[in-house]
Amino acid sequence: MKETQPRIGVLVFPGSQDDRDAAWALGALGAEPVMVWHGEEELPRLDAVVLPGGFSYGDYLRCGAIARFSPAMQAVAAYAEDGGLVLGICNGFQILCEAGLLPGALRPNTSLQFVCRDVRLVVERADTPFTARCEPGQEVVIPVKHGAGSYHRPPELSDEQVVVRYIADDNPNGSQDDIAGVANETGNVFGLMPHPEHAVDPLLGSGDGALILASLVDSARERLYARA
Amino acid sequence: MRAVVLVRPKAGILDPQGEAVQSSLHQLGFTVSEARVGKVIDLEVAAENAPAARAEIERMCEQLLANPLIESYEIELSEGE
Repeated sequence: MKETQPRIGVLVFPGSQDDRDAAWALGALGAEPVMVWHGEEELPRLDAVVLPGGFSYGDYLRCGAIARFSPAMQAVAAYAEDGGLVLGICNGFQILCEAGLLPGALRPNTSLQFVCRDVRLVVERADTPFTARCEPGQEVVIPVKHGAGSYHRPPELSDEQVVVRYIADDNPNGSQDDIAGVANETGNVFGLMPHPEHAVDPLLGSGDGALILASLVDSARERLYARA
Repeated sequence: MRAVVLVRPKAGILDPQGEAVQSSLHQLGFTVSEARVGKVIDLEVAAENAPAARAEIERMCEQLLANPLIESYEIELSEGE
Protein backbone atom coordinates (compact mmCIF):
# COMPACT_ATOMS: atom_id res chain seq x y z
CA MET A 1 0.00 0.00 0.00
CA LYS A 2 1.23 3.45 -0.86
CA GLU A 3 2.55 5.40 2.10
CA THR A 4 0.51 8.58 2.39
CA GLN A 5 1.37 9.88 5.85
CA PRO A 6 4.36 12.23 5.85
CA ARG A 7 6.70 12.00 8.82
CA ILE A 8 7.28 15.37 10.46
CA GLY A 9 9.92 15.66 13.17
CA VAL A 10 9.24 17.80 16.23
CA LEU A 11 12.39 18.76 18.11
CA VAL A 12 12.31 18.54 21.90
CA PHE A 13 14.67 20.88 23.78
CA PRO A 14 15.00 21.20 27.55
CA GLY A 15 12.25 23.77 28.11
CA SER A 16 10.15 23.11 25.01
CA GLN A 17 6.49 23.56 25.93
CA ASP A 18 4.58 23.34 22.70
CA ASP A 19 6.20 20.22 21.26
CA ARG A 20 3.20 18.06 22.26
CA ASP A 21 0.70 20.59 20.93
CA ALA A 22 2.60 20.76 17.64
CA ALA A 23 2.74 16.96 17.42
CA TRP A 24 -0.98 16.69 18.21
CA ALA A 25 -1.89 19.30 15.58
CA LEU A 26 0.31 17.70 12.91
CA GLY A 27 -1.23 14.32 13.69
CA ALA A 28 -4.77 15.73 13.49
CA LEU A 29 -3.88 17.21 10.09
CA GLY A 30 -2.72 13.90 8.66
CA ALA A 31 0.99 13.69 9.42
CA GLU A 32 2.87 11.24 11.58
CA PRO A 33 4.70 13.32 14.20
CA VAL A 34 8.11 12.04 15.27
CA MET A 35 9.60 13.49 18.45
CA VAL A 36 13.35 14.17 18.12
CA TRP A 37 15.38 14.70 21.30
CA HIS A 38 17.84 17.63 21.15
CA GLY A 39 20.75 15.32 21.89
CA GLU A 40 20.27 13.28 18.71
CA GLU A 41 23.11 13.78 16.27
CA GLU A 42 21.18 12.41 13.31
CA LEU A 43 17.61 12.91 12.20
CA PRO A 44 15.49 9.87 11.33
CA ARG A 45 13.92 9.82 7.86
CA LEU A 46 11.65 12.87 7.85
CA ASP A 47 9.64 14.83 5.31
CA ALA A 48 9.75 18.06 7.35
CA VAL A 49 10.96 19.36 10.71
CA VAL A 50 9.22 21.63 13.24
CA LEU A 51 11.07 23.55 15.94
CA PRO A 52 8.39 24.15 18.57
CA GLY A 53 7.76 27.01 20.94
CA GLY A 54 8.47 27.37 24.61
CA PHE A 55 12.00 27.81 25.88
CA SER A 56 15.34 26.11 25.31
CA TYR A 57 18.35 25.74 27.58
CA GLY A 58 17.01 28.52 29.80
CA ASP A 59 17.38 30.92 26.86
CA TYR A 60 20.50 32.22 28.56
CA LEU A 61 22.39 35.09 26.86
CA ARG A 62 19.69 35.47 24.18
CA CYS A 63 16.65 33.39 23.27
CA GLY A 64 17.81 30.43 21.20
CA ALA A 65 21.51 31.32 21.52
CA ILE A 66 22.49 28.09 23.27
CA ALA A 67 20.01 25.77 21.55
CA ARG A 68 21.56 26.42 18.16
CA PHE A 69 24.64 24.46 19.27
CA SER A 70 22.69 21.34 20.27
CA PRO A 71 23.55 18.16 18.32
CA ALA A 72 20.05 17.98 16.80
CA MET A 73 20.37 21.55 15.52
CA GLN A 74 23.56 20.65 13.64
CA ALA A 75 21.52 17.92 11.97
CA VAL A 76 18.67 20.37 11.25
CA ALA A 77 21.14 22.84 9.69
CA ALA A 78 22.40 20.10 7.36
CA TYR A 79 18.80 19.07 6.62
CA ALA A 80 17.90 22.67 5.71
CA GLU A 81 21.04 23.00 3.62
CA ASP A 82 19.87 19.97 1.62
CA GLY A 83 16.55 21.72 0.94
CA GLY A 84 14.54 20.06 3.71
CA LEU A 85 11.44 21.85 5.01
CA VAL A 86 11.94 23.48 8.41
CA LEU A 87 9.28 25.42 10.35
CA GLY A 88 10.22 27.34 13.50
CA ILE A 89 7.50 28.55 15.84
CA CYS A 90 8.25 31.23 18.48
CA ASN A 91 11.32 29.88 20.31
CA GLY A 92 11.92 27.77 17.20
CA PHE A 93 11.96 30.99 15.14
CA GLN A 94 14.43 32.53 17.60
CA ILE A 95 16.67 29.46 17.34
CA LEU A 96 16.60 29.57 13.51
CA CYS A 97 17.62 33.25 13.57
CA GLU A 98 20.42 32.61 16.07
CA ALA A 99 21.60 29.68 13.94
CA GLY A 100 21.75 31.91 10.87
CA LEU A 101 19.23 29.70 9.06
CA LEU A 102 16.89 32.69 8.93
CA PRO A 103 17.83 36.38 8.62
CA GLY A 104 17.32 38.84 11.45
CA ALA A 105 17.07 38.70 15.22
CA LEU A 106 14.34 38.78 17.84
CA ARG A 107 14.62 41.39 20.59
CA PRO A 108 12.64 41.91 23.79
CA ASN A 109 9.14 43.26 23.13
CA THR A 110 9.17 47.07 23.07
CA SER A 111 6.53 47.03 25.84
CA LEU A 112 8.85 44.84 27.96
CA GLN A 113 5.68 42.88 28.70
CA PHE A 114 5.09 39.23 28.00
CA VAL A 115 2.26 39.26 25.45
CA CYS A 116 -0.26 36.41 25.30
CA ARG A 117 -3.26 37.03 23.04
CA ASP A 118 -4.76 36.49 19.60
CA VAL A 119 -3.29 38.68 16.87
CA ARG A 120 -4.48 39.43 13.36
CA LEU A 121 -2.00 38.63 10.60
CA VAL A 122 -1.87 39.19 6.86
CA VAL A 123 -0.47 36.40 4.71
CA GLU A 124 1.87 38.28 2.37
CA ARG A 125 3.11 35.18 0.56
CA ALA A 126 0.70 32.34 -0.16
CA ASP A 127 3.11 30.64 -2.55
CA THR A 128 5.36 29.02 0.06
CA PRO A 129 5.37 25.40 1.27
CA PHE A 130 4.06 26.76 4.60
CA THR A 131 1.20 28.96 3.41
CA ALA A 132 -0.12 27.40 0.20
CA ARG A 133 -3.56 26.80 1.74
CA CYS A 134 -3.97 30.55 2.33
CA GLU A 135 -5.07 33.21 -0.15
CA PRO A 136 -2.62 36.06 -0.84
CA GLY A 137 -3.54 38.92 1.48
CA GLN A 138 -5.74 36.71 3.60
CA GLU A 139 -6.25 37.85 7.19
CA VAL A 140 -5.85 35.13 9.80
CA VAL A 141 -6.09 35.07 13.60
CA ILE A 142 -3.38 33.17 15.48
CA PRO A 143 -2.23 33.67 19.08
CA VAL A 144 1.18 34.91 20.21
CA LYS A 145 2.76 34.31 23.62
CA HIS A 146 6.26 35.68 24.00
CA GLY A 147 8.48 38.19 25.73
CA ALA A 148 11.08 38.56 22.97
CA GLY A 149 9.34 38.68 19.62
CA SER A 150 10.32 42.09 18.30
CA TYR A 151 11.80 41.35 14.90
CA HIS A 152 14.94 43.24 13.93
CA ARG A 153 15.09 43.44 10.18
CA PRO A 154 18.57 43.06 8.68
CA PRO A 155 19.40 45.32 5.71
CA GLU A 156 19.70 42.37 3.32
CA LEU A 157 16.16 41.07 3.96
CA SER A 158 14.07 41.30 0.80
CA ASP A 159 10.34 42.00 1.03
CA GLU A 160 9.77 38.73 -0.80
CA GLN A 161 11.00 36.89 2.31
CA VAL A 162 8.33 38.46 4.51
CA VAL A 163 5.66 35.75 4.65
CA VAL A 164 3.33 37.04 7.37
CA ARG A 165 2.84 40.49 8.90
CA TYR A 166 0.88 41.73 11.88
CA ILE A 167 -2.00 44.01 10.97
CA ALA A 168 -0.45 47.42 11.56
CA ASP A 169 -2.54 48.34 14.60
CA ASP A 170 -2.20 44.83 16.05
CA ASN A 171 1.61 44.60 16.23
CA PRO A 172 2.09 43.01 19.68
CA ASN A 173 5.83 43.47 20.13
CA GLY A 174 7.20 46.40 18.11
CA SER A 175 8.52 44.26 15.25
CA GLN A 176 10.04 46.34 12.47
CA ASP A 177 7.68 46.70 9.49
CA ASP A 178 5.14 44.61 11.48
CA ILE A 179 7.02 41.47 10.44
CA ALA A 180 5.62 38.33 12.09
CA GLY A 181 7.40 35.64 10.07
CA VAL A 182 10.13 35.34 7.43
CA ALA A 183 11.51 32.68 5.10
CA ASN A 184 15.07 32.10 3.96
CA GLU A 185 16.10 33.00 0.40
CA THR A 186 15.47 29.51 -0.90
CA GLY A 187 12.06 29.35 0.77
CA ASN A 188 12.47 25.99 2.54
CA VAL A 189 12.94 27.46 6.04
CA PHE A 190 10.22 29.58 7.66
CA GLY A 191 9.85 30.98 11.15
CA LEU A 192 7.11 32.97 12.83
CA MET A 193 6.33 34.21 16.33
CA PRO A 194 2.58 33.36 16.36
CA HIS A 195 1.62 29.79 17.31
CA PRO A 196 -0.35 28.02 14.56
CA GLU A 197 -0.46 24.83 16.66
CA HIS A 198 -2.61 26.66 19.22
CA ALA A 199 -5.18 27.59 16.57
CA VAL A 200 -6.22 24.40 14.82
CA ASP A 201 -9.74 24.15 16.21
CA PRO A 202 -12.42 26.88 16.29
CA LEU A 203 -13.25 25.62 19.79
CA LEU A 204 -9.98 27.23 20.91
CA GLY A 205 -10.86 30.60 19.37
CA SER A 206 -9.49 30.15 15.86
CA GLY A 207 -8.79 27.39 13.39
CA ASP A 208 -6.59 29.57 11.18
CA GLY A 209 -3.33 28.03 12.38
CA ALA A 210 -4.40 24.82 10.65
CA LEU A 211 -4.00 26.63 7.30
CA ILE A 212 -0.26 26.93 7.97
CA LEU A 213 0.29 23.48 9.48
CA ALA A 214 -1.87 21.77 6.84
CA SER A 215 0.16 23.58 4.15
CA LEU A 216 3.27 22.10 5.73
CA VAL A 217 1.68 18.64 5.85
CA ASP A 218 0.72 18.97 2.15
CA SER A 219 4.28 20.00 1.24
CA ALA A 220 5.77 17.22 3.33
CA ARG A 221 3.46 14.72 1.60
CA GLU A 222 4.66 15.98 -1.80
CA ARG A 223 8.24 15.35 -0.63
CA LEU A 224 7.21 11.85 0.47
CA TYR A 225 5.64 11.09 -2.92
CA ALA A 226 8.59 12.56 -4.78
CA ARG A 227 10.91 10.24 -2.90
CA ALA A 228 8.71 7.13 -3.36
CA MET B 1 44.24 35.53 32.19
CA ARG B 2 41.13 37.42 33.20
CA ALA B 3 38.91 39.17 30.73
CA VAL B 4 35.77 41.25 30.90
CA VAL B 5 33.46 41.24 27.90
CA LEU B 6 30.98 44.10 27.60
CA VAL B 7 28.05 43.38 25.30
CA ARG B 8 25.82 46.30 24.33
CA PRO B 9 22.86 46.86 22.04
CA LYS B 10 24.31 48.52 18.93
CA ALA B 11 23.75 52.21 18.38
CA GLY B 12 20.41 52.71 16.66
CA ILE B 13 18.97 49.45 17.98
CA LEU B 14 15.93 50.10 20.11
CA ASP B 15 16.67 49.21 23.74
CA PRO B 16 13.38 49.02 25.64
CA GLN B 17 15.18 48.02 28.83
CA GLY B 18 17.35 51.15 28.65
CA GLU B 19 14.27 53.28 28.04
CA ALA B 20 12.54 51.80 31.08
CA VAL B 21 15.64 52.47 33.21
CA GLN B 22 15.86 56.04 31.91
CA SER B 23 12.23 56.69 32.71
CA SER B 24 12.63 55.26 36.22
CA LEU B 25 15.67 57.49 36.79
CA HIS B 26 13.58 60.48 35.69
CA GLN B 27 10.92 59.54 38.22
CA LEU B 28 13.59 59.54 40.92
CA GLY B 29 14.51 63.08 39.90
CA PHE B 30 17.74 62.34 38.03
CA THR B 31 18.47 64.02 34.72
CA VAL B 32 19.54 61.37 32.24
CA SER B 33 19.35 61.94 28.51
CA GLU B 34 19.99 58.31 27.62
CA ALA B 35 20.32 54.91 29.30
CA ARG B 36 21.31 51.70 27.53
CA VAL B 37 21.44 48.28 29.18
CA GLY B 38 23.97 45.63 28.18
CA LYS B 39 25.68 42.62 29.72
CA VAL B 40 29.00 41.97 31.48
CA ILE B 41 30.64 38.58 31.08
CA ASP B 42 33.69 37.80 33.23
CA LEU B 43 36.00 35.19 31.75
CA GLU B 44 39.08 33.34 32.93
CA VAL B 45 40.95 32.10 29.89
CA ALA B 46 44.09 30.06 29.39
CA ALA B 47 46.11 31.82 26.70
CA GLU B 48 49.83 32.33 26.11
CA ASN B 49 49.64 36.07 25.76
CA ALA B 50 47.24 38.96 25.50
CA PRO B 51 46.92 39.01 21.68
CA ALA B 52 46.15 35.27 21.65
CA ALA B 53 43.58 35.72 24.42
CA ARG B 54 41.97 38.63 22.61
CA ALA B 55 41.75 36.69 19.35
CA GLU B 56 40.18 33.74 21.13
CA ILE B 57 37.62 35.90 22.96
CA GLU B 58 36.73 37.69 19.73
CA ARG B 59 35.80 34.32 18.29
CA MET B 60 33.69 33.59 21.40
CA CYS B 61 31.90 36.91 20.93
CA GLU B 62 31.21 36.36 17.24
CA GLN B 63 29.92 32.82 17.81
CA LEU B 64 28.03 33.04 21.06
CA LEU B 65 28.52 35.88 23.52
CA ALA B 66 27.11 38.57 21.23
CA ASN B 67 24.77 38.59 18.25
CA PRO B 68 26.78 40.78 15.85
CA LEU B 69 23.61 41.83 14.03
CA ILE B 70 22.23 43.69 17.03
CA GLU B 71 25.03 43.85 19.62
CA SER B 72 28.52 45.30 19.83
CA TYR B 73 31.17 44.01 22.21
CA GLU B 74 34.30 45.24 23.93
CA ILE B 75 37.02 43.09 25.46
CA GLU B 76 39.08 44.23 28.46
CA LEU B 77 42.04 42.03 29.41
CA SER B 78 43.92 41.93 32.69
CA GLU B 79 46.65 39.56 33.85
CA GLY B 80 45.35 37.07 36.42
CA GLU B 81 47.22 36.05 39.56
